[in-house]
Amino acid sequence: MEEINALFHGFSVALSPFNLMLMFIGVILGVIIGVLPGLGGANGIAILLPLTFTMPPTSAIIMLSCIYWGALFGGAITSILFNIPGEPWSVATTFDGYPMAQQGRAGEALTAAFTSSFIGAFVAVVMITFLAPLIAKLALKFGSPEFFSVYFLTFCSFIGMGKGSPWKTLAAMMLGFALACVGMDNMTGQQRLNFGSMELVRGFDFLIAVIGLFGIGEILISMEEGLAFSGSSARIDPKIVIETWKKLPKYWMTSMRSCLVGCWMGITPGGATPASFMSYGIAKRMSPNGAKFGTGQIEGVIAPETAAHAAGTSALLPMLSLGIPGSPTAAVLLGGLLIWGLQPGPLLFVEKKDFVWGLIASMYLGNIAGLIIVLTCVPLFAAILRIPFSIIAPVIIVICAIGAYTVHNAIFEVWLMLAFGVVGYVFKKLDYPMAPMVLALVLGKGAEDSFRNAIKGSQGDFSVFFANGLVGSIMTLGLVMLLWPLVNKLRGK
Amino acid sequence: MNSEQKPEAGDRPVVSNRTMEIVVAGLLLLLGLTFGIASYNLGAGWSEDGPQSGYFPFYINLMIVIASAVTLMQAIRSKTPRPREAFVSTGQLRQIMAVLIPAAVYVLGVQLFGIYLASAVYITVFMVWLGKYSWGKSLALGVTISVAVYFMFEIWFKVSLHKGSWFDPLSLFGL
Amino acid sequence: MVTAKYVAVLGLVASFAGVVVSTVPDAQAAAWEPTKPVEFVIPAGTGGGADQMARLIQGIVAKHNLMKQSLIPVNKSAGAGAEGFLAVKDSKGDPHKIIITLSNLFTTPLAQGTPFSWRDMTPVSMLALDQFVLWVNAETPYKTAKEYVEATKKAGPNKMKMGGTGSKQEDQILTVSLEKATGTKFNYLPFKGGGDVAVQLVGKHIDSTVNNPIEAIAQWRAGTLRPLCVFDDTRMPYKTKITPTMSWYDIPTCSEAGVRTAYVMLRGIFMPPGVTQEQINFYVDLFKKVRETPEWKKFMEDGAFNQTSMSGKEYAAWVEKNEVLHRELMKEAGFLAKPKP
Repeated sequence: MEEINALFHGFSVALSPFNLMLMFIGVILGVIIGVLPGLGGANGIAILLPLTFTMPPTSAIIMLSCIYWGALFGGAITSILFNIPGEPWSVATTFDGYPMAQQGRAGEALTAAFTSSFIGAFVAVVMITFLAPLIAKLALKFGSPEFFSVYFLTFCSFIGMGKGSPWKTLAAMMLGFALACVGMDNMTGQQRLNFGSMELVRGFDFLIAVIGLFGIGEILISMEEGLAFSGSSARIDPKIVIETWKKLPKYWMTSMRSCLVGCWMGITPGGATPASFMSYGIAKRMSPNGAKFGTGQIEGVIAPETAAHAAGTSALLPMLSLGIPGSPTAAVLLGGLLIWGLQPGPLLFVEKKDFVWGLIASMYLGNIAGLIIVLTCVPLFAAILRIPFSIIAPVIIVICAIGAYTVHNAIFEVWLMLAFGVVGYVFKKLDYPMAPMVLALVLGKGAEDSFRNAIKGSQGDFSVFFANGLVGSIMTLGLVMLLWPLVNKLRGK
Repeated sequence: MNSEQKPEAGDRPVVSNRTMEIVVAGLLLLLGLTFGIASYNLGAGWSEDGPQSGYFPFYINLMIVIASAVTLMQAIRSKTPRPREAFVSTGQLRQIMAVLIPAAVYVLGVQLFGIYLASAVYITVFMVWLGKYSWGKSLALGVTISVAVYFMFEIWFKVSLHKGSWFDPLSLFGL
Repeated sequence: MVTAKYVAVLGLVASFAGVVVSTVPDAQAAAWEPTKPVEFVIPAGTGGGADQMARLIQGIVAKHNLMKQSLIPVNKSAGAGAEGFLAVKDSKGDPHKIIITLSNLFTTPLAQGTPFSWRDMTPVSMLALDQFVLWVNAETPYKTAKEYVEATKKAGPNKMKMGGTGSKQEDQILTVSLEKATGTKFNYLPFKGGGDVAVQLVGKHIDSTVNNPIEAIAQWRAGTLRPLCVFDDTRMPYKTKITPTMSWYDIPTCSEAGVRTAYVMLRGIFMPPGVTQEQINFYVDLFKKVRETPEWKKFMEDGAFNQTSMSGKEYAAWVEKNEVLHRELMKEAGFLAKPKP
């Protein structure tokens, strides 16, 4: 019960009025950062890092981790309201969240998203509290073959989900991969497929593509249907939170499963993005309503949000105990630790007890503070949809343009975003599925790099993907997922 | 749906779904070919270190070529869904262009005059033109948002946004 | 009611404008000073070594009020940093832009054939030199660099895996020069960042790394990694014990250990071309002040940096010499860009 004592000591550290104030400021800043695409969690924290030098390290990390929470919560807002995911891990939330908002159920979707995020993060924090040293070792087992197997599993759990033409699905997914290839080849340091253009060396950033495909594309579709965002009739009623809560317990299985997927992916460190996609894919397979996913199912919001947050939170564990960041944001936080003179690593838990337990306690408190803040604001967020289209549309386009610009500080990317907008509009009308395309764009490069690294390490020996129990079982699980639809079909006949 | 403005009557189809399917599949085919050939030139083989730079892109683009070729065939033989229906009608196209063209002009404005002036003008004009708001209200909102963005990014978060390659209006304020 | 709201908004705008006007610095100061925020270009991604250093500098400058205007870091990492360097090269005469460099100042133009060299920029000052250390997993039997090299030779070419950051950049160049010096052949595996590399070594997925001290110190202290030698002519000066038995000073140089290889990485500042001497002087002075702060000193010690610093002609001469060294190393390794057809 040493942990409990340490935790309570941590609470006493974190609960000073100054730290509490920082917590609230952090959450609110985080929500703003999460809402504005381009100022994602990693960027946001990197930007604010220097401002925290004047604070004691514990206060600074509390504030930064609260920004992290806020950004995690905030990412869901634009995904649900405008189909614009501000962070890679909110992409899967748009699949059902946005249709829900269109049906006038934005409040419900937001509540479900925030609550699931909270549950995911909470479970992960509990796990960090009690199992930290034990679980941290698991991350060490991950070499390149293991990383590839995780990517493989993510793709497999997502494949075969579309209903449209399989050829279009294939073309869209491969287009995602192809775009991911443009720029630098990490393995050889060679420029490729940029046709000599300096602008294209940057490659196609996920955020630009998604803002364009989903956000701008959606505005064009809305335009075509007349000047309105559907769903503007959203009910704005604080009671919506309670009503949604009454529905949530039904989906405890989805939550549990997503927590597991999330925690596991966060620790290993696959990260929040694969976790959210994988969790969505698995929920679709397992749920009795699976076939209706994509039309505004509440489970389709619960699954990715729970997993993304469980992963985002447990990603802090390998960072603290091993010094490897499980996510880009964690990487920047790691830099912060170094600057404050704290060395993340196995000894941090021994030498800087105050700091570590203060941080863990702040995870509990920050998460609760975050939930309270965002839930109170649900009616407010939902009310954004009531703003007339001719005001909100240009504002969204301005925010998207800023987001696209800040990714690489280049105006070219803003043009690219517009181009993706047109592509998104055309693809949507012709039933080219965009989810596989975005998935491939987000994870394509990681998958290729880890595959090639594994093969180079083993000098061309493919058995490396089944060389030990861990990688072997993940690969097998992936194959099972891949063949699942086939099995189902056979069973059905 | 409580739209503020109904699409005008007298809509004619501009282009059919079938034509659009053919165009898109054709473009994808072309893209796949271009990328595929470029990857092949990079080296799409298997060196002693495992796959070369062009290996993955080559096979990926090969699949794009195959998939879009099949879609193209299906489209030509009208096997794709709703081939005769209109992809977009004149009224719809006009609506879309009413957003797309100003958006393009806006991005050009950002490039030339920086993000702040362009955004203020864009929001104002959009509101007046499409939303039929008064100039005063629109201008007030446009300027407010632009100023808020300035404070949020340049002052608060210390993120420098695009300043305009041709003329930087902020220089008038000595910023 | 509605109009009242707009009036309030306008009032707010006006008060903001007032703030802006009052913060404009007076241009009466004697020496040159920045008149607007200075863009601090980082030719690498967020979270890396250069990024950390740049953000630390930003924090120090703000905390100690070393400059009236603020320093705004901007990451321009595309094309192995080419994007950042080209942006500085193209801002001729702009005194409100500086760039922090790492070895990609040399490696990127050489490996990518990107049209720029350090001569297209104005050298300001060298902040420090980053060291490289040969690391192995603490559970392996190798106690010295020599033992490890012998084992590598015995295992045969491509059998021992050397992990590093990026491709055709400092880690791989160092690996190649190690191979040249010892007649071995490693299987070089590129990873995303120094932290990842260190953990891969702890997990025994690779056999050795050439991590910078700061990237592997945590694992060294925890007893999971072992340093074999430092790739420099002299030992690192820091004598505070890091582990119960060793300090940075106790790590032998690679030459001492019988593996004659040395390589350090530049952490320096450049400005765009065509700036005045007065403007250069301002930044030289600014970074001198930064180096004197306790935060900077602590950071140097934590990261076991080589605190050599220089500016002016001396700095330019050093950079020139280092460029020649890189060209030679990369030519031998076959990393030079093929001439464009």
